[in-house]
Amino acid sequence: MTGRARTKQRPPLLLVVPAFVGLLFFAVPLIGLLARTPWGDLPELLSSSVVVDAFRLSLLASIGATALSAVFGVPLAWVLARVEFPGRSIIRGLVLLPLVLPPVVGGAALLFALGRRGAIGEPLNELTGLVLPFSTWGVVVAATFVSMPFLIITVEGALSSLDGRHEGAAATLGATRWTVVRRITLPMIAPSLAAGLALTWARAFGEFGATITFAGNLQGRTQTLPLAVFVALESDRDTAIAISLVMVVVSLTVLVLLRNRWWRTT
Amino acid sequence: MKNASWIVAFLAVAVLVSCGSDERTEVFVSAAASLTDSFEAIEEAFEERNPSVDIVLNLAGSSTLREQILAGAPADVFASANESVMDEIAGAGLLASAATVFATNRLEVAVPPANPGAISGLGDFDREELVLGLCASGVPCGDFAIEALRIVGVDPMVDTYEPNVRSLLTKVESGDLDAGIVYYTDVLAAHDRVEGIPIPAETNVVARYPIAVLQGAVDTGAAAFVAFVLSADGREILAEHGFGTR
Repeated sequence: MTGRARTKQRPPLLLVVPAFVGLLFFAVPLIGLLARTPWGDLPELLSSSVVVDAFRLSLLASIGATALSAVFGVPLAWVLARVEFPGRSIIRGLVLLPLVLPPVVGGAALLFALGRRGAIGEPLNELTGLVLPFSTWGVVVAATFVSMPFLIITVEGALSSLDGRHEGAAATLGATRWTVVRRITLPMIAPSLAAGLALTWARAFGEFGATITFAGNLQGRTQTLPLAVFVALESDRDTAIAISLVMVVVSLTVLVLLRNRWWRTT
Repeated sequence: MKNASWIVAFLAVAVLVSCGSDERTEVFVSAAASLTDSFEAIEEAFEERNPSVDIVLNLAGSSTLREQILAGAPADVFASANESVMDEIAGAGLLASAATVFATNRLEVAVPPANPGAISGLGDFDREELVLGLCASGVPCGDFAIEALRIVGVDPMVDTYEPNVRSLLTKVESGDLDAGIVYYTDVLAAHDRVEGIPIPAETNVVARYPIAVLQGAVDTGAAAFVAFVLSADGREILAEHGFGTR
């Protein structure tokens, strides 16, 4: 971004005060969590089989969802940004719907469509024997559903604002359309792509509502960290707090590292 | 400043809407998820008789409600699906008066219509090929189900531990679960969307539902609501929904 205005003067109080209040929205819950953390018991709490299983599943599901989003979401973003077709704004709205839809609604919709008696789930089950609900694949599908829009919205934005001259020049020099995408377009949007992938991963890592509604809750198979927190809150609050802390640390680390690495330059 | 006029219009509407709401006293009732239908009916009957009170129902798993109340969420009345959850609230010194048991319930096995898993009772819960669900432990329906399975000596092969009884029932209704252990009243409320397989009394577990006014409650409205639940009219509504009321 050019012409970034970063003032050296004292910032106006009229902005600093509300900015500070805005910051409190994020800081206060975190302080509440830290204040309740049983620091001494932390190693023991975090090495329980429930937490280890949930952590493994969360990593698997979030990375799987990010991979699926990259494979299917980037082409979709490209189509939305570059191809003119009737009803494009409706398709775009549909794709971005999971950003605003309550995840539990998404989970219920997934269950009705892909469940054992669902419109697609039933034939799928008969053809392949695959049952998505209550399986780890179901967790990946739910996480992909809620997280892929983050990648699409980021990549589509980058593609739309891309200067088309480089692609045009490459095409003039005889590059095939696929080569242009691979050698020119994708490298040029790499920072946005990386940022989008990071957001997608972070959203998938924290996914709760669609997962519990669509995939259920079973340790080692479908119980990710957020589900483990939810269940533990009702029976074992120290474990719940310990897991919450892990989620905060992991997510914050990833977001801070990636922001420093990629977003500064965009 | 076209935008500014929109903001002013929005604020005006917001103020009108908030002023337009009536002067009724709001009474927050936190009730177990299994009381959903019966308490909605009781709310309607109570508000008809007490037009100055607006009952606000907060329905969730009893243990979720317990956490909310312990954390200081606004609640005037608490109706739990088991006594141990209520005891914890009492132990924390949050009850305004002693809790009273107002209803009982029993477990039943819920299966999708036509019973695709050919389930005949609790004894089928160790069949690995079935997709089976229970409420999570810590949630009353989950603790009761585990107790009932222990009585019959079955080590269940569970595919999902649901956070509350209604989400478990939803997955039985959709046919994604072959069976789940829920309350008799839930099977009744689901009408023909699920079939119920009764559990014999000797292996069943009786859930006792206590109700109490919480500390700091809107005294008149909250006490009146509890009195109504315990009255003949309240009991009649509960009985219509399948609860035992003695």
